[in-house]
Amino acid sequence: MPTFVYMTSCDGCGHCVDICPSDIMHIDTTYRRAYNIEPNMCWECYSCVKACPQNAIDCRGYADFAPLGHSVRALREEAKGTISWKIKFRDGHEKDFVSPIRTTKWGTIPSPSDYAAPDAGEYANQELAHEPDALNIEGGLPALAPDQLKQGVV
Amino acid sequence: MGLFSRRKTVFVDSDVLVIGGGMAGCGAVYESRYWGRDLKVVCVEKANIERSGAVAQGLYAINCYMGMQWDENQPEDHVRYARNDLMGLVREDLGYDIARHVDGTVHKFEEWGLPIMKDPETGRYLREGKWQIMIHGESYKPIVAEAARKAATEVYNRIMVTHLLTDKTKPNRVAGAVGFNVRTGDFYVFKAKAVIVSAGGASHIFKPRAVGEGMGRTWYAPWSSASAYALPILVGAKMTQMENRIVLTRFKDGYGPVGAYFLHLKTYTQNAYGEEYESTWYEHTKELVGDYVDRHPVPTCLRNHALLEEVKAGRGPIRMVTKEAFQDPHKETVGWENFLGMTIGQAVVWASQNIDPKHINPELTTSEPYVMGSHATCSGAWASGPEDYAPDEYQWGYNRMMTVDGLFGAGDTIGGTAHKFSSGSFTEGRIAGKAAVNYVNDLGNEPPQVDEQEYRSLEKTVFQPMENYAVGRNEIVAGTVSPSYLLPIHGLQRLEKIMDEYVGGISAHYTTNTPLLDRGIELLGMLKEDMNHIGAEDLHQLQRAWELHHRVLASESVTQHTLFREETRWPGYYYRADHPKLDDDNWHCFTLSRYDRDSDSWEMEKAPVYHIVD
Repeated sequence: MPTFVYMTSCDGCGHCVDICPSDIMHIDTTYRRAYNIEPNMCWECYSCVKACPQNAIDCRGYADFAPLGHSVRALREEAKGTISWKIKFRDGHEKDFVSPIRTTKWGTIPSPSDYAAPDAGEYANQELAHEPDALNIEGGLPALAPDQLKQGVV
Repeated sequence: MGLFSRRKTVFVDSDVLVIGGGMAGCGAVYESRYWGRDLKVVCVEKANIERSGAVAQGLYAINCYMGMQWDENQPEDHVRYARNDLMGLVREDLGYDIARHVDGTVHKFEEWGLPIMKDPETGRYLREGKWQIMIHGESYKPIVAEAARKAATEVYNRIMVTHLLTDKTKPNRVAGAVGFNVRTGDFYVFKAKAVIVSAGGASHIFKPRAVGEGMGRTWYAPWSSASAYALPILVGAKMTQMENRIVLTRFKDGYGPVGAYFLHLKTYTQNAYGEEYESTWYEHTKELVGDYVDRHPVPTCLRNHALLEEVKAGRGPIRMVTKEAFQDPHKETVGWENFLGMTIGQAVVWASQNIDPKHINPELTTSEPYVMGSHATCSGAWASGPEDYAPDEYQWGYNRMMTVDGLFGAGDTIGGTAHKFSSGSFTEGRIAGKAAVNYVNDLGNEPPQVDEQEYRSLEKTVFQPMENYAVGRNEIVAGTVSPSYLLPIHGLQRLEKIMDEYVGGISAHYTTNTPLLDRGIELLGMLKEDMNHIGAEDLHQLQRAWELHHRVLASESVTQHTLFREETRWPGYYYRADHPKLDDDNWHCFTLSRYDRDSDSWEMEKAPVYHIVD
């Protein structure tokens, strides 16, 4: 539709509404379940599919070029740190893939304010946070000399 | 009782206001916090920063990484690459600036938990190509968003910013922004000492190839609604290279990326009869662009050009030869995971049409044009360069400050800096963040003042489409046809048709000329007038209405720039049929525009190009 919601699986929790980058997953006022209100503004990004706790959302390829009978299912498991895919072709053959999604625990990224505050003198130079150390190079942040930039056709 | 009698006005004070929480915005928030420990850093986003922007569905590669630690590339090498790819015209000061910082950004991403693939023999990041490294980036955006949430004082999701505010006494200074909450309908007034625009570039300004249900499967996200340009344009910021739209050669219908296929899987293209075709068009292309055709790698637009000519000659479809590479199970896995990681829709198309690239060579096509600033193109705002080496003509204030005081930009917003991609956009956000903090610290006791009259007047403008609908709807029985209002989709389709037919879209073979552009400008003028009569049934439609406003203004800018540049600089992106050749004598320059909202007019000028000369 591209994404659509199975009536018997959706419990109306609204995770898809909250996450959709295109603002097209809304709650139907009669059935109190989610649906795609604007399929032609759907990117098939699967943000809603991945976020749905009930696995109630699936995708049917765009009607103007995708024949029926296929499916691409995703299962994103944050605790395991993986995303699993099952691709089913119109002719029935299948392919499965699993990829890692993160190497650290969710929520463990430090705030930039957890690092030591920069010295007053550092504001005027060109170094950004964590530089030059984060570059892993000798000699500090590279720079051009002003006379290296000239007009002309090269 | 009016429809919105309970609508509140919410005031939010900030020191640094970041508009758009995609890759560039998250970088801006992170760096603003690092340097501005006591400052109020606010991020406002029309969706949810967990999955917003162009990286919402993930990426399978980081396309901008130098590898300075292994002496793989130096920043000046990347500048030469971008210059070459964009046919000579990039802001080399800005591009170098991103390239020198970007490795540090990528190292942080890895530390935060982004899985970056490693070369098993060297232990280095696995290269897809000279500049690209391969990642398992399904959660790229959620990871980066976590860092931004930790850094921000407040993140406001689901607020569509419609306009910037200017200082009450200094019209060329930014003072904040206004918008509305897409869920509650509340009106938001953000006051800010510095504003960083890191919103999205423009999809859906040219008619897409799919116009039915599949119109959402554009190459660039359908939610990239040109706010990157419209917000600065409206307050008079100068823009550059807005004519430099990009056309992508991609797998048919799904617009699945080809980078990993060409670079890592070593697949290649051929015409319908199994023949190599690029060399067929060498002499012809050389007549148009001279020696630029001999540069390596061949510029993206020229490769498009050869494909387009071959198809016009009747030897399409062009196919990617995948059958050989996909016999290797590792390469087959990479080929599929590449889509699942960043363009799932392509996997859906192939599954639906029984296209298994192990057995069938899939078709390629060229997309409709897009306007953005971070891929192999560089439309955007004219920004001040780095203080340590930028030429005087590129330096009038703080790094990445536009020609409006206190207004900064990053990512798609900033012009002249092609090939920054996700990592470079985040890095440019960081550069803008530090500069914005310096700007705020230097302001002292002279913060900008918002003008109540201005934001109250804008409030009326912002909600006018709902008023239009509420009134006009009573005139008709039912349905979508009204004599007094247009729905946002009507306006969008009109815009796409005008741009397609007059400004070089797919149906015109990307070709235009002065008479077509003049007519396009007339029709865009009428569309702009009709934009006062857009009707929005609900808050979702109100968001669509303002996205359309932003797209229309950006489109007008694109058209004016296309008219101004009297040459064909990037054949394969677009053609000025009345000036069919590249013209370095007259047009080895940047095009600049400034929009004056009081007179509704555009001023055009040229700006010099400075190159790194060895």
